[in-house]
Amino acid sequence: MSLLEIHALTMRFDGLVANQEISFTLDAAKIVGLIGPNGAGKTTAFNCVAGHYRPSSGRILLNGQTISGLPPEACALAGIGRTFQIARTFTSMTACENVLTGALLRHKRVNVARERALHWLRFVQLDAFADKPAGSMTISEQRRLAVARALATEPKLLLMDEVMAGLNPSEVREMVAVVLRIRDSGIACLIVEHVLEGIMPIADKIVVLDRGLKIAEGTPAQVAADTLVISAYLWYA
Amino acid sequence: MTIDILLQTLASGVLIGLIYALVAIGLTMIFGVMDIVNFAHGEFLMLGMYASFWMYALFALDPLFTLPLTVLALFAFGVLLYKTIIRRIIDAPMLSQIFTTFGLMFLLRGLAQFFWKPDFRSVENSVVTGTVKLFGLQLGRPQLVAGLGAVLVTAIIYFFLTRTKLGAALEATAADKEAARLMGIDSHKMFALAWGIAAACAGAAGALLSTFFPIFPEVGATFILLAFVVVNLGGFGSVTGAFIAGILIGVIEVMGGLLLGPQYKLAVVLALFLAVLMFRPQGLMGKA
Amino acid sequence: MKILMKSRAQQIGVVALLLALLAPLLLDSPSHLNLAILVLMAAQLGVAWNLLGGYAGQVSLGHAAFYGLGAYCSTLLLLNFGVNPWLGMLAGGALAAMASFAFGWSCFRLKGHYFAMATIAVAELLQIVFTNWEYAGSAVGVSIPFGQDSWAAMMFSGKKPFYCLALGLLLLTLAATWGIERSHLGYYFRAIKDEPDAARSLGINISRYKQIALSISAFFTAMGGSLYAQKELYIDPGSVLSTALSIKMALVSILGGVGTLLGPVVGAVVLTVIDELSRSLFGGTGRGTDTIIYAALIIAVAVFYPNGLVGWWRERRRVAAAKSKGAAQ
Repeated sequence: MSLLEIHALTMRFDGLVANQEISFTLDAAKIVGLIGPNGAGKTTAFNCVAGHYRPSSGRILLNGQTISGLPPEACALAGIGRTFQIARTFTSMTACENVLTGALLRHKRVNVARERALHWLRFVQLDAFADKPAGSMTISEQRRLAVARALATEPKLLLMDEVMAGLNPSEVREMVAVVLRIRDSGIACLIVEHVLEGIMPIADKIVVLDRGLKIAEGTPAQVAADTLVISAYLWYA
Repeated sequence: MTIDILLQTLASGVLIGLIYALVAIGLTMIFGVMDIVNFAHGEFLMLGMYASFWMYALFALDPLFTLPLTVLALFAFGVLLYKTIIRRIIDAPMLSQIFTTFGLMFLLRGLAQFFWKPDFRSVENSVVTGTVKLFGLQLGRPQLVAGLGAVLVTAIIYFFLTRTKLGAALEATAADKEAARLMGIDSHKMFALAWGIAAACAGAAGALLSTFFPIFPEVGATFILLAFVVVNLGGFGSVTGAFIAGILIGVIEVMGGLLLGPQYKLAVVLALFLAVLMFRPQGLMGKA
Repeated sequence: MKILMKSRAQQIGVVALLLALLAPLLLDSPSHLNLAILVLMAAQLGVAWNLLGGYAGQVSLGHAAFYGLGAYCSTLLLLNFGVNPWLGMLAGGALAAMASFAFGWSCFRLKGHYFAMATIAVAELLQIVFTNWEYAGSAVGVSIPFGQDSWAAMMFSGKKPFYCLALGLLLLTLAATWGIERSHLGYYFRAIKDEPDAARSLGINISRYKQIALSISAFFTAMGGSLYAQKELYIDPGSVLSTALSIKMALVSILGGVGTLLGPVVGAVVLTVIDELSRSLFGGTGRGTDTIIYAALIIAVAVFYPNGLVGWWRERRRVAAAKSKGAAQ
């Protein structure tokens, strides 16, 4: 049994079919990249797994337990962490307080949560920023902060939505290092990404979506050589 | 309760509802174009009433004749208000926006009370007085004229929004401010225009009301709550919605008064308001 | 205590505050004492409002509903069932908290403006109900006959005991807010205010926590209402359920600084002083000058100082600290 199983996920919005019968699985401590041209339905699938949308049909299982249709807060409790395309850090709080808020899910006592928060800040190498207001950090730093905040909820699966978008090469390298460390600590990662140089080298598996359909699934090497994938990307290039 | 009374009530409800609609149109326009709830909207109505009153008291000009002047004056005032105060809070947090318009509400009421005293005024001898018999119903002439006037003004606004370039620009800004800007439409000009039109509509409603409704500094309070309910029922941002909802609310209000007693008129409307907010917050035709 | 004594300036500030709080007890002028009581009561209501409006970010403009519920509950319990006002105060708080559940369940889905408008509608509706409810005195209101000075019956002919009561209630409300601020509730409230979607992704059930904030806020607001009833010995819908009152509760926090512990206290001081000053200087003529000043103040704060006086003060200190750090380098 895989950690995450998506069975025939279909998501319809008023006649527009954003996801059509998408199926794939994800194993623990593995990195799966979800790629595809714009409008392929990647973020929609994401939002279904994270509980923001209720799928029109199909099922999503985490460790055998059905989570499709559960609201986001229940998904978080079940072990799904996520980041957003815009970091959405809590700007009225410091970096540490941001991560602390995440840690409170599993540790309601503030002292304990603070300990955990500092641990996760160190994990993403932001411990120097602990007492800085979140709003004063750069985009790249806020992204890493959001990752730390999600990690603080002690997820089994971390969903990352375009964490590498708009980063310069050295920032991409930093983020890649963080993702690898997450994987090595036993957490599975499902990553939506456009920055192929970032995701292809580290993914264990790649799933390609195009216009709502899954058009390829395999190792990065297999997918890169797949003619359907190449033509999908060329079409939009 | 006879059919006569029922029809009578219905008719008066429709007529007052048309006025509510006119007031609400401005309110919904401001929200549609710039996402701001103008709590001071009732005061535009109040100023329209006073403008009509003073032109009548000082120059013996009937409110119906001075209506165009009142409308122009209120339009200018709306634009002025935008340029001096509102434009500063376009991007401010919602709390600031709410309180700015709330503050304006108090400020305008206070100024009215200061300059014109809290006494009740009225236009005694308007050109339209008395009643008229229509389809067997006894209708107040000022109310009838006011209702028809409201329809006229609403029609003009509707025509403006749907058939003129400027109106289209306004609608574009309401739909998507950024896209409109990319097409060369200046958001600030559109916002100022929206405020001007909104104030003008409420001012027109005030002028029409002044022929039969008492005029006092707090008169806006009665209408603002109702205007909110109308905007909510019609759908925030929808002019057509505001028109239909205005008539509905007018009818519901008077019917509620007829069935439960006049002291519960407002309660009926408020209960409806809450019901709509809970079960269909986007209203009949709104963009949510 | 370590947190409070961070610097010399803060130490002096705390001492000054304590003196200021106790000084009025040395006064004998009933009108000055009354002013101080009004400040404390306004501050307490502001702090209670702030929990929901400032920390959790849900702007309520109908909080008078809870105030009125508290006032009427304790008063009617006293007059019709002989319930002691101390118990009545708690009962009123409990009633308001329970009523807030109905309200939250139906209205928390609403965003921003819509929620604010719903709160206005609820409070206005409640006012209409009480204005027409004979059992509760209708528009005429209810009077509490004065028996004799007694702490047990919360009845006093003088002002000083009420000053102590008001101060006690304020400190209680402040303590509750302080405790919440430092607990997981405080973080969750702020998260909901800043980024509700991100909060949900961290496992925070938005409706549940908004409801908690509302219930606690309603509880303390209602207790303020009961205190008012015992002090004035007369309540009617116009004095405890009006929208103007709701606005004042919100304004006190906004003026002082939403989401800060002492902001509402600062705001209450400023607002009450201005209120009384303008009323005594201009109000008598009935020309609405006090309203004009009040209104200009609201607009000025909303437009130029959205973080309130406390926020403005903190910003000045931050700028000054940055400047001195820059100069040192």
